[in-house]
Amino acid sequence: MAQLTLVQALNEALRHELREDPRTLVFGEDVGRLGGVFRVTDGLQEEFGERRVFDTPLAESAIVGSAIGLALAGWRPVCEIQFDGFSYPALDQVITNLAKYRGRTRGRAALPVTIRIPSGGGIGGPEHHGESPETYYAHTAGLKVVAPSGPAEGYQLLRAAIRDPDPVIFLEPKSRYWTKEEVDAAAAGRLGQARIVREGTHATLIAWGAMTARCLQAAEAAAEDGVELEVVDCRSLVPLDVDTLSASVRKTGRAVVVHEAPLTAGFGAEISARLMETIFRDLKAPVLRVTGYDIPYPAAAVEAAYLPDLDRILTAVQKVLDY
Amino acid sequence: MPSLRPDQLKELYRLMAFTRRVDQEAVALQRQGELTAFPPLTGQEAAQVGSAYALQRQDFAFPSYREMGVAIVRGVDLVEYLRAYRGDWNGGLYDLYAHNFGPIASSVGSHALHAVGWAMGAALDGGGKAAIVYFGEGATSEGDVHEAMNFAGIFRAPVVFFVQNNQWAISVPVARQTAAPIHRKAEAYGFPGLRIDGNDVLAVHAATAEALERARAGGGPTLIEALTYRLGAHSTADDPTRYRQAAEVEPWRAQDPLLRLAAQIDDEDFTRQVVEEVEERVRDLRTRLLSAPRAEPEEMFEFVYAEPPATLAAQREELRQWHS
Ligand SMILES: Cc1ncc(C[n+]2csc(CCOP(=O)(O)OP(=O)(O)O)c2C)c(N)n1
Repeated sequence: MAQLTLVQALNEALRHELREDPRTLVFGEDVGRLGGVFRVTDGLQEEFGERRVFDTPLAESAIVGSAIGLALAGWRPVCEIQFDGFSYPALDQVITNLAKYRGRTRGRAALPVTIRIPSGGGIGGPEHHGESPETYYAHTAGLKVVAPSGPAEGYQLLRAAIRDPDPVIFLEPKSRYWTKEEVDAAAAGRLGQARIVREGTHATLIAWGAMTARCLQAAEAAAEDGVELEVVDCRSLVPLDVDTLSASVRKTGRAVVVHEAPLTAGFGAEISARLMETIFRDLKAPVLRVTGYDIPYPAAAVEAAYLPDLDRILTAVQKVLDY
Repeated sequence: MPSLRPDQLKELYRLMAFTRRVDQEAVALQRQGELTAFPPLTGQEAAQVGSAYALQRQDFAFPSYREMGVAIVRGVDLVEYLRAYRGDWNGGLYDLYAHNFGPIASSVGSHALHAVGWAMGAALDGGGKAAIVYFGEGATSEGDVHEAMNFAGIFRAPVVFFVQNNQWAISVPVARQTAAPIHRKAEAYGFPGLRIDGNDVLAVHAATAEALERARAGGGPTLIEALTYRLGAHSTADDPTRYRQAAEVEPWRAQDPLLRLAAQIDDEDFTRQVVEEVEERVRDLRTRLLSAPRAEPEEMFEFVYAEPPATLAAQREELRQWHS
């Protein structure tokens, strides 16, 4: 056990997997000598050499496309896309090939490719540095989509993602990169299991990534007023642990889904629909969503007004309680 | 490069004649409603067979959708290949690793990056292997092809970019794809590029063999632009009379790669015998194709993930109920 930031925890997870499996490779823009713009790959090139940890030219489609070819040749690539908003040049390779190659080859080619993408807002970034692209990936069959909420989760889930036989889009919450937490560096996690991070009885808050911590803050604030909120961290959106989500909401009867991405066709809609389909009779109020607005991610000076905050979350909670 | 022996020339002729005849049969099968669509390669046999003939077992070929001639040389079962065009499975049913021949790639140019990645991986494993990737001159307008060549140059990946410049990308002529000669694009990425007569199977073989050998030995990538011509339609859904004149096609018919090789072999008994042989093999192929089992709806859920998520397993179960 050690106190680690999310950046350090991810670095540890990469180091562990590079050590354990000599066919694991780490590559992307600035991940070698610099150690990544967020330093997640700090020191890895030094320890594992330039053959296994290397800088690529500035070309996202080629990073993902060559990862596919490397996987076909029996390697296990972990590539970094520098920022959420720059994952789109690679989207064609992801949708057209990465997600479909196992099927196209009738299961003969496995694509154990992990694509790490620093995601989400809240760090005062310029344009293209604050987006939450999870829905694009979750809508693409053949991909797994994982979104850790903090250091301990980040460590376990990244190791599980790298070991997974299928391609994993790994969305790292930038605004949580420098948060410290106890990390048990012995444990590798499992994909597809949500986690109850706080138990409660009156309503369930459902989140992933950076919004998990915000929901916990909201739950603490609500507790001061005698409202006990359960908080569920989805951890992975694909596979989605519908059982854990619906069990929680069956118990509380009320749910609010919180995410940074825009409202329309955001992943909250999927969760809301799943709850309707599975536990309609147990719902005491409609499932509400607290999300980013249906606008391009705004400039830094106003991003706090865009991101779900305690006021908006607690207002939604009040609505489901009053319904 | 050692030149090919007479028996090898005959082998090339057999392969090209078989490719031509299967190509015609596939078009006929589409007309008869047995294939959903088919992109014929007639006219491009020398480019495909000659280049593939230079591959060694450990090399890997990444085809587009028109490389049936390469599939034939690699030994891919044509029933498993053609069932892609019968609508049974996108990509084909063959095992890519059994013949080191990738799945049919239908998104123009996107597979160039896979060849480069595979080649980078082969180099990391110690070399001695090369990848070859096939695409048309139209594909050279796609960004992915340029990213692929740039990566290949930087990492000195053992890969051969084999462009069949068949003059047309559906209805768009090569002059609308690029203002510069295709083979010269290699210069920008720091490796050799050459233009060859793609209808001369010996020239194709020699150039490809040399490029592959250089790649296997750690000498990096090569771009080969093989000048050829698509004598048929882009696909069975296409009508080339809407965009090109018969007068343009005629001179290319005179350059038919099969006629040129036959003239070189100059043995009429042999070529007549090949025609008979090929007829029989195509009859057999047709029977096997038409009696192969058809895809079952439930199969579409296979191979999406190593382990289907619970939500997907539930959908498969729902479909099973509908079809039982
Ligand atoms: C990315 C992409 N865009 C468009 C198409 C539709 N399309 C299929 S083949 C083709 C022409 C390709 O021409 P070329 O690369 O020269 O190869 P050829 O068909 O002549 O062998 C087009 C536009 C496609 N398959 N993929």
